[in-house]
Amino acid sequence: MIEQVRNSRLAEIFAWTPLRIGVSLVVPVVTFLVLNWSFQFMRAAAAPRAVIAVVALVVGVGGVWALFLAMNQLVSQFPIRARDTLLPYVFVGPALVVLMVYIILPAVRTVSLSFMGRRGEEFIGLGNYVFALTDPGMIITLRNTGLWLLLVPAVAVTFGLLIAVIADRMSEFWERIAKSFIFMPMAISFVGASIIWRFIYFYQPAGFEQIGLLNAIWTYFGGDPIGWLTWRPWNNLFLIWIMIWMQTGFAMVILSAAVKGVPSALLDAARIDGAGEIRVFFNVIIPYVSGTILTVTTTILILVLKIFDVVFVMTSGQYQTGVVAFRMYQEAFIFRHFGRGSALATILFLAVLPIMIRNMKEMRARR
Amino acid sequence: MRRYARAPLVLMVVLLTVFALLFAACEPAEPDVEATAPTDNPWTEGEDLSGTEVEIFGAFVDTDAQNFQESMQPFIEQTGIEVRYEGSGDFEALITVRAEGADPPDIAAFPQPGLMYDLIEGGHVIDVLDFMDRDYLEQQYAEDWLAIAEHDGLMGGVWYRASVKSLVWYAKPLFEQEGYEIPETWDELVALSDQMVADGYNPWSIGIESAGATGWVATDWIEDIMLRTAPPEAYDDWVTGDLPFASDEIRRAVGYMSEIWLNEDYVLGGTTSILTVPFGDAINPLVMDPPRAAMHRQAQFIIAFLPEGVDVEIGEDLDFFYFPMIDEQYGEPVLTAGDVFGMMEDRPEVRAVMRYLTQGESTRAWLEYGGFVSPHEDTPLDWYPTDLDRGIAEIMLNADTVRFDASDMMPGAVGTGSFWTGMVDYIQGDDLDTVLQRIDDSWPDD
Repeated sequence: MIEQVRNSRLAEIFAWTPLRIGVSLVVPVVTFLVLNWSFQFMRAAAAPRAVIAVVALVVGVGGVWALFLAMNQLVSQFPIRARDTLLPYVFVGPALVVLMVYIILPAVRTVSLSFMGRRGEEFIGLGNYVFALTDPGMIITLRNTGLWLLLVPAVAVTFGLLIAVIADRMSEFWERIAKSFIFMPMAISFVGASIIWRFIYFYQPAGFEQIGLLNAIWTYFGGDPIGWLTWRPWNNLFLIWIMIWMQTGFAMVILSAAVKGVPSALLDAARIDGAGEIRVFFNVIIPYVSGTILTVTTTILILVLKIFDVVFVMTSGQYQTGVVAFRMYQEAFIFRHFGRGSALATILFLAVLPIMIRNMKEMRARR
Repeated sequence: MRRYARAPLVLMVVLLTVFALLFAACEPAEPDVEATAPTDNPWTEGEDLSGTEVEIFGAFVDTDAQNFQESMQPFIEQTGIEVRYEGSGDFEALITVRAEGADPPDIAAFPQPGLMYDLIEGGHVIDVLDFMDRDYLEQQYAEDWLAIAEHDGLMGGVWYRASVKSLVWYAKPLFEQEGYEIPETWDELVALSDQMVADGYNPWSIGIESAGATGWVATDWIEDIMLRTAPPEAYDDWVTGDLPFASDEIRRAVGYMSEIWLNEDYVLGGTTSILTVPFGDAINPLVMDPPRAAMHRQAQFIIAFLPEGVDVEIGEDLDFFYFPMIDEQYGEPVLTAGDVFGMMEDRPEVRAVMRYLTQGESTRAWLEYGGFVSPHEDTPLDWYPTDLDRGIAEIMLNADTVRFDASDMMPGAVGTGSFWTGMVDYIQGDDLDTVLQRIDDSWPDD
């Protein structure tokens, strides 16, 4: 009886808000100290790299785990009501620290660097942003990024939807074959795909054997070999095409599932009412899957905003094919102008933000 | 339930203890006692530093890295200091990250002094004059070289490898068959090119594609021509930004280059080829049978890019001549590049390695392998394994003026950015004045 009273009183104490906040602070601090200690330990250790790697694995995975067990142990000593209120913080605490250290802090630092000069030492106001929006090279870069943003989602989603609808009408065997082929590029890394396309666009002077597929076909029909990747401004389209080639499969798979979800009763009703197949497509299928189309489009949009690999492998931004993400890398790591690099990163972040918020709202609404 | 939860905890503790013990066990063991004492050498100042380790990080990889490691062997054997070289094609990006991230290598082998200047300004490089005499360095290197390594009143590093760029490679059988003479002036070079066109040959093979570095072949030409058409002081002013790109000197140099580059009859495949062919492949047409092009201007290292499986004898199938002078008053200058080794951590064993690197002996293994020119004054010419290597070394020694690749010394935004891009744009047909103005605008203010 007495025991019970004491427990409930303890519970009241632990339900006290300042204490809850206190515990929720202690957890991250302890996590941070453990991770920091292990980092210092591994950096200072003069052991073979393989051993360090194993220790990193054990401390990284096991250390957090052990910490969680210990905290769990501690919290479970408390009476049940206090435990219930404290336990969530034990779960969330380490994740919050990791988020803080690896995402929020660098983001804040990037934004503050974007107002600084070349070495990130002196404050220069909006200079880097003025550069990003007015420099002639940057204007071409922005133009290219705009082209990417416009063409890749539009074409990939259009193709994906068309293929999804057409494949839906094939026999199951052919549907599988067709979809597999179109989905396959998705399985290749951006760098891998770019290398494949480098060979397709490869150029040799006239009179040499054309080992690039496109030039081999072109010269077979009597044309002079074309330097596809140096032929501005069209070279941008040849790069964009690679991305479309890779993303159509993704759009197709998601849209195909949505198309299959259109109730056949709805389709039949439309047909009985006299709608032709084209009318059914535009007036029934598209409105029905419009939510999915939007989701796929925004997903591809975010991907394209960050596009780097294809440009890096194919042209390294030369011949006026640069995009914002590539220019960001160039400014920060090649020209070592951290201010400009950070400003471009911030611009990219701001551009992604509304799309992200829109996507999240969409997801919440559906739930 | 609680019992099970505790078992892994115990396991964790045990595991961590085991690894801690492993750490202790893995401390590098003392090396075997050598025949010669580790103090008996000219580099460690009588200290016994055996068992210590020095890490060098650089841009050269593969065979070059092996040759370098080989060259370090005499030092390792005599001092017992382990020298470990690590190379990466992404050196430029990684060295910045490592320096800023407080994880610098002991020594960094910079292929571009401009990059080293940046790190000097960031306070990441240690002055070698802290422990070396200037007199000693002057005795080991020509003054031109020392001047390039110096920045902000600090001697940033020591030179290890030189690369001579003012070379024109030519298809020797073609020259012999047609009786072409080696040109000694620019006019003779142009006259020879015309003669070749008249005889139905492509005089030049040029290719500048080089991934992120596309354009450097063009900037090399401009620099080489600059040295031949303007005084060395103008060249130095250009490097520091005191002479703008939009100046008569630069315009004149671009004009000379265009005389060859933009002449579709001269260049195999015309401007499209220039822009698209990888620089390493541009030598190939010279060694085809029959040769598809007669001449190719490139630094000595291009012979490492000769296609595999093609039997090319240097001196028979392929040879070189000096990129001819243009104006007699500027004589015969030479454009060079090279690797400068900067010290980023100050420990006695690192100083010892730096001392070793100032001596020709530290290059011997690589030099004897071939394709290497040593900037050290104490390197005897008879170490060079072939006439070709010796010939290139002699060109450098006999030059009236030696200047370093200008784009490598300019700020990164220009030297590895707008200058390259600008030349690419110009070759693609952009107006020269606009291009030069764009490069000037990109020069950093601070």
